Amino acid sequence: MAKYTLKINGKPRQIDVDPATPMLWVLRDHLDMPGTKYGCGIAQCGACTVHLNGTAVRSCQLPVSAVGNEEITTIEGLSDNGDHPVQKAWLEHDVAQCGYCQTGQIMTAAALLKINPTPTDEDIEAGMSGNICRCGTYLRIREAVKTAAKN
Amino acid sequence: MENLKTKYNRRSFLKSSALAGGGLMLSASWFASAKAAEKIDALNLPEHWNELTAYIKITPDNVVKILCPNPEFGQNVMTSLPMIIAEELDVDWKNVVVEMGPHDNLKLGPQFTGGSNSVRMYWKPLREAGAAARQMLREAAAQTWSLPLGEITTKAGVLYHPGTKMSGKYGDFAEKAATMPVPKDIKLKEARDFSIVRKSKKNVEGQKIVTGKPLFGLDYRADGMLIAMIQHPPAFGMKLKSFDAAETLKMPGIKDVFSLKLYEDGFEQGGFDTRTFNDLLVTVGKTTWEVMNARKKLQVQWEPIGDTKETMAGRSGKQEVVIPAGLESTTTQMEKMQEYAQKPAQQLRKDGDPEAAFRNAAVVIERTYTAPFLAHNCMEPMNFFADVTPERAVVAGPLQAPGWAEPTLSKLLNLPPEKIEIQMTRMGGGFGRRAYPQFMYEAALISQKMKSPIKLIYSREDDMTYGIYRPMYTATYRAALDANKNLIGFHVNGGGIPENPVHANRFPAGAVDNYLAEGWQIPSNITIGAFRAPRSNFNAAAEQSFLDEVAEAMGKDPIEMRLELLERAAKNPVGKNNDYDAARYAGVLKLVRDKSGWNGGKDGKYSRGVAAYFCHNSYAAHVVDMVTRNGEPYVERVFSAVDCGVVVNPDAAVNMVQGAVVDGIGNAFYGGLVHKDGAVQQTNFDKYRLIRNQEAPKSIEVHFVQNDLDPTGLGEPPFPPVFGAVANALYKTTGKRHYQQPFKSESASS
Ligand code: FES
Ligand code: FES
Repeated sequence: MAKYTLKINGKPRQIDVDPATPMLWVLRDHLDMPGTKYGCGIAQCGACTVHLNGTAVRSCQLPVSAVGNEEITTIEGLSDNGDHPVQKAWLEHDVAQCGYCQTGQIMTAAALLKINPTPTDEDIEAGMSGNICRCGTYLRIREAVKTAAKN
Repeated sequence: MENLKTKYNRRSFLKSSALAGGGLMLSASWFASAKAAEKIDALNLPEHWNELTAYIKITPDNVVKILCPNPEFGQNVMTSLPMIIAEELDVDWKNVVVEMGPHDNLKLGPQFTGGSNSVRMYWKPLREAGAAARQMLREAAAQTWSLPLGEITTKAGVLYHPGTKMSGKYGDFAEKAATMPVPKDIKLKEARDFSIVRKSKKNVEGQKIVTGKPLFGLDYRADGMLIAMIQHPPAFGMKLKSFDAAETLKMPGIKDVFSLKLYEDGFEQGGFDTRTFNDLLVTVGKTTWEVMNARKKLQVQWEPIGDTKETMAGRSGKQEVVIPAGLESTTTQMEKMQEYAQKPAQQLRKDGDPEAAFRNAAVVIERTYTAPFLAHNCMEPMNFFADVTPERAVVAGPLQAPGWAEPTLSKLLNLPPEKIEIQMTRMGGGFGRRAYPQFMYEAALISQKMKSPIKLIYSREDDMTYGIYRPMYTATYRAALDANKNLIGFHVNGGGIPENPVHANRFPAGAVDNYLAEGWQIPSNITIGAFRAPRSNFNAAAEQSFLDEVAEAMGKDPIEMRLELLERAAKNPVGKNNDYDAARYAGVLKLVRDKSGWNGGKDGKYSRGVAAYFCHNSYAAHVVDMVTRNGEPYVERVFSAVDCGVVVNPDAAVNMVQGAVVDGIGNAFYGGLVHKDGAVQQTNFDKYRLIRNQEAPKSIEVHFVQNDLDPTGLGEPPFPPVFGAVANALYKTTGKRHYQQPFKSESASS
């Protein structure tokens, strides 16, 4: 066990956990932030995507000991009122079916647009290819990313 | 107007308590307290509700709360079912707040999500509920104003008396209306007067989904809750022999390790109580990561299980089912299927004289198709919360059919049903997997043993290797053509492990004079169950590829050939019990032909494949346009036509069809589970290939047949024909027919 003070969504959060604990479980079990989802635990599905200093990372592969002073943003902190352009675009296109993968999709899309504000169709497909949607909402995901890019 | 006599049982179904203040509200539950809708906050809901029927509550502020009876797994029922009520109630959708209902089969009906039945099953009852409440409101206004009931009208949540220009909001009359008797005669709207149904409405949980609110079973929390995981045998056909948990128990956060029997010998299992493994080795601890890690330190001995008997509740009383011993491998399963396919099979249907037709045929075409076991791979792995005490049980989580689970849970816990509360969380996918409640029973038994609230979690690996899979299937099709290339005989012999896939009374039964359908099955210890459009998802692949090949041999366009057969089936059907409507079947083919600009197998750069199918009371057809991209076949464009009667929420329905198409392409290309000595070879998404973003088509154009027929299924029907259409396009692209799924066999070869 070890004590950490993490910067999550702009706030310091203290926890006392095994240093090997992936951020996914720190968020879900220790900090009661369940918006970050568990899908595979092996960096294959993207359901657990969060931002580490603005870059999309798989929180299931990020041990808490590796975070240090870096800023973590989760879906709970992407915007204050759920009105990030990506979230708004997701609602406009009514993307979700079951919805389980969508927070990970949104976090990946938001990070993608930050480094590439005007992505081509190929950029979007490649950028979103690490996020599985078992319900098959890929077409709407692409459209929503395009809409968010416009705003 | 449609006049309906409410039946006695229907009335009790509609009527609930007239108490003001939520007798049915889940105010103390996890849902309502922690997760109140933003919409509710925004509207500043008062404490005071007037409950009109089990589904509907109206506040003095004219806010209408509608309970969704059925669990939501992505099929949009939380939006579309309340839309049906709101339509007949005649309220402004803006003022509607939706909440998942409690589990209460007496008040809210069957509450079963599956078989593409939600909208179909609830269409009439929910319309009646809405219409009954509207009439009670009109009666309340009529009495208050001392005016004749017949002169009271409504519009968008307001009552009017045009003659006197009196008007009042529903909210002003809700309290009085709640005391009115439920009307005996209810008038339902004509389809042409619909103003909510058939107009696209956004997912009522959209905002919560995009902000990551705790909606799913895996998100459920309770004070003092522990986490439990189960170690299951490494292979089907094995069971627990002994274990040593000393190392595990030393790990931080671990509370206990024990083994537990799911069902005692002779326990009578319900129809959906399919059991994977009966001896559970359970690790319980404080957090998920701690339990996941500590579980790895278990020293476990497994042993072959031998033949086992299960007692299942059957239609005609109890029946004993023998589950055979053995460690099965995909290669031996294939050989066994080939062997069984040669044996005499059970005759399922026979028309005319098929033997003579084949004897006299100028040409006989014979093809054999196979498809592998499939894992459901719901994005949210199986899980369930349970808090069981000697007095009562609260269980919560993602489950498609809570009503079917309750009797078994009651027996397992020795608690009467009224002491059991089942809460329905949103499901991160279902696809049939969550109709089998074993994980819920496991959670409850673990909680009972631990005397603590627990959440049982399957890891992805558990979920994939501890499954209730789509069976493995094969079918041999034969067609007899006469010298003029007319189809004079048709024969299907299908089988599988462990069930036979053949739907004997489906097309082309009824369209061919001489027809024979046969089936067989091979018992197995690999657990199987419903998977999005059970059996159909194989049949549509095999039969629709075969018909494509037959059309080619007949020298006919594949759509025209099907339409000719369907015309025959419509005008002069062969045999009885044909379970499809030939005109509606033809309708989707014509629609997809016209919308896709079908012109045979080619359209510019595209190689085209077509297929159609009927299942779950609906009709679907697709034209799949394939190209070669980076040396690989790629479905770039799809046209879909669906006839499911009235489409309640069109944009959500389009989403569902698009999802079915993507799912179908993914499974046709990549899906497949391989066994080796009983062990599932794919344990996670690195080995089990799911379709990804860049592999989905660029466009999927969805068209619905416009009619006023009562709605039928939508979640499943568009899925099966995708396989056939992909197979047929693949032939046009590669020049080669594909008979074995998955078509890109990286996933299922080993
Ligand atoms: S849970 Fe991290 S990528 Fe799947
Ligand atoms: S919406 Fe269900 S997994 Fe993506």
